[in-house]
Amino acid sequence: MSVDTRHTAPTVSPAFRTRLATARRRKRWGNPLAGLGSLVWLVLVVVPLYTLISSSLMHQDEALNGDPLAFPTNPTLDNYKTVLDSGFSTMLGNTVIVAASTVAIVLVLAVPVAYVAVRTRSRLSSLAFRTFLLGVAIPAQAVIVPLYLLIGKMGLYDSLPAIILPTAAFAMPVAVLILSGTMRDVSEEMYEAMALDGATPLRMLWQLAVPMSKGGISTVAIYTALQAWNGFLFPLILTQSEENRVLTLGLFNFQTQFGVNIPAVLAAIVLSVVPIFAVYLVARKALINGLMGVGGK
Amino acid sequence: MRGGRKTAVGNVGRPPVSWALPGILFFAVFAIVPLAIAVYLSFCKWDGLNSPTSAGLDNWTRLFKDPEVRQAAWLSLLLTTISWAFQTPVALLLGVWAAGRQRSRAVLSAVFFVPLLLSTTAIAMLFHALLDPNFGVIKEIGPWFGIDPNVMGSSTGALLTVAFVGGWQFMPFHTLIYQGGTRQIPQVLYQAAEMDGAGMFRQFFHITLPQLRNTITTSSVLMIVGSLTYFDTVLIMTKGGPGTDTTVLPYLMYRTGFQTYDLGYAAAIATALVVVATALSLVLVRFSGFGNMRSTREGM
Repeated sequence: MSVDTRHTAPTVSPAFRTRLATARRRKRWGNPLAGLGSLVWLVLVVVPLYTLISSSLMHQDEALNGDPLAFPTNPTLDNYKTVLDSGFSTMLGNTVIVAASTVAIVLVLAVPVAYVAVRTRSRLSSLAFRTFLLGVAIPAQAVIVPLYLLIGKMGLYDSLPAIILPTAAFAMPVAVLILSGTMRDVSEEMYEAMALDGATPLRMLWQLAVPMSKGGISTVAIYTALQAWNGFLFPLILTQSEENRVLTLGLFNFQTQFGVNIPAVLAAIVLSVVPIFAVYLVARKALINGLMGVGGK
Repeated sequence: MRGGRKTAVGNVGRPPVSWALPGILFFAVFAIVPLAIAVYLSFCKWDGLNSPTSAGLDNWTRLFKDPEVRQAAWLSLLLTTISWAFQTPVALLLGVWAAGRQRSRAVLSAVFFVPLLLSTTAIAMLFHALLDPNFGVIKEIGPWFGIDPNVMGSSTGALLTVAFVGGWQFMPFHTLIYQGGTRQIPQVLYQAAEMDGAGMFRQFFHITLPQLRNTITTSSVLMIVGSLTYFDTVLIMTKGGPGTDTTVLPYLMYRTGFQTYDLGYAAAIATALVVVATALSLVLVRFSGFGNMRSTREGM
C-alpha cells in the first residue's frame, strides 16, 4: 500500500512561497519536450487506428484504389458481415473460455503459493519463490517443442485445455511475484492479532491476506486475461481444427483466407477488439491500475 | 519483516508449506519439466512422428557452425537493442509526463492506452495492411517523410518496421509502468528540490531518474525478454524475410521445428535462446539489486 504523501507539504516560510508558485505554474505545463513527444506519439497512435476503422467501412475497390486516408465515401458494413459469417462467434467463444479458465487456474494456484512464500520461513518455500522468480525469464518458445510432445502424450492435442494449461503455467511466475509483493505489505501485527483470536491459517488467508491484496489480485487477473486473450504461439502449435480455433489464430487465418480483401481483414481486427474495448469502457480504472501494478512499486 | 520476530505467537497460524505444492507442481509440469525435456531433446534427432533417437552433440556442434543461427542470433540481438533504445526513453518521458494529474494528460493517456487492447496478431496484421506498398497508407504518407512505400521489401526497413510495431504495441504498457513508478516518488523530494531552486531538468535527473531505478529494471527486463522472444509479429508481417533478413532466433526455431520438422535441432536453438534470455535478465537483476524484492514497507 502506498502512502499518499502529496498533501504533507512542509510548512514553508513566506519567502519561499513565490518561488514555489513559479515552479507550480511551470509544472502545470510539464516538461515541454515530453509534452511535444506525447503529441507526436498521439499522431502515431491515432493515424493507424483511424485508418483501421475507416478502411474497414470501405468497399474493396475504394480501399484498394482510393486514398486510404480519406473518409469512406459510401460506408458499408458488408465487411463485418463477411467476417461474422466466417465462424467468428466460435472463435470468440473459445477465446472467452480460454481467458476465463486461465485466470481461474492462475488465481487458485498462485494465491496459496504467494501466501506460503510470504508467511513461512522454510527453505523449501524460499526455494519455490526463487524458482518462480527465475521462471519469469523462461520464454514460451523455449518449451514449445517439448510441450508439443507432452500435450500429445496427454491426449490433449487440438483441444482448448491444450491452450489453457500452458498459458496458465506461464502466467504463474508474474502472478506469484505480484501477489507476494502485495501480501508482504499486510502487517505482521494483524496476523498476530488474528492468531491471538485463534484464527486458523486458512481464515487468515481468506479474511486478511486476500481482502488486503485485492489490488494485486485484480492486477494478476487482468494481466493473465490479456496474456490468454493475446496468446498466439500455443494455439498455433497445439491446436489445429476449426472448432478449437481462438481469435488470434482465426485472425491470422483470415489474412490468408481474405487475401487482398483488406477491408475484410481490417473488419476482423476491429471485431476482435470490440469485446476487450467493452471491458475497457466499463472497467477502465481497474484495467489501467491493474497493468500499472505489474511494474511493482 | 520475515526475519526473526520472536513473539509468543510468531509461529502460530503459519500456513503449511504444502499449500504451495499444487501451484509449484503445476508450474513444474508445464514449464520446468518441458524446459528439461528441451535440453534432453537438444541431444536427439526427432521428426515429430517417430520416437526421438540420441544424436549426441550433433545439434550443438551444428548450432555453433550454422551461419543461419549466427545471422538469427545477430538479428535477435539487434532487434532487442533497437527496441530497448527506442522504447525506454520514450516510455520514460511519456510515463513521467502522464504521471501529472491534469485532465488533458488523463485524456491523452486514455488514447495512448488503446494499442494495449489489440492483440499482437491484430497489430501485426493492421500494420501489414497499412504498409502494403500497393494498397496501404504508406503509399500516401511514406513519401512525405521520404520513406519508400516498399519499406517491407528492404532488409533494414523490415527490421526497423518490426521494431517499430513492437514499440507501438508495448509503449503504452511501459508508459504505464513508468507512470505508476513516478507516482510512487514521495512528493516531498520535489518540494525540497524546489525550495533549493532546482529546475525541472535537475529535478528529473537527480530525483525522478534515480527514484525510478527499480522501475527501469523491471521495464527493461520485460522489454529484453520480450524482444528476444519476438515471434508473432515476425511470422505475420515478414515471415522472416526479405530472404532471411528478419529471421530472428524464435522464428528460426519455429521454421526448423514446425516447418521442416527437425525438432531436435529446434530444441537446441530454443535452449540456446533461454540461456541467453536468462543470463541477460540475471545480469540486469543483479546489477540493479532488484532481486531483493524489497517491500516498500520494509523497515517501517
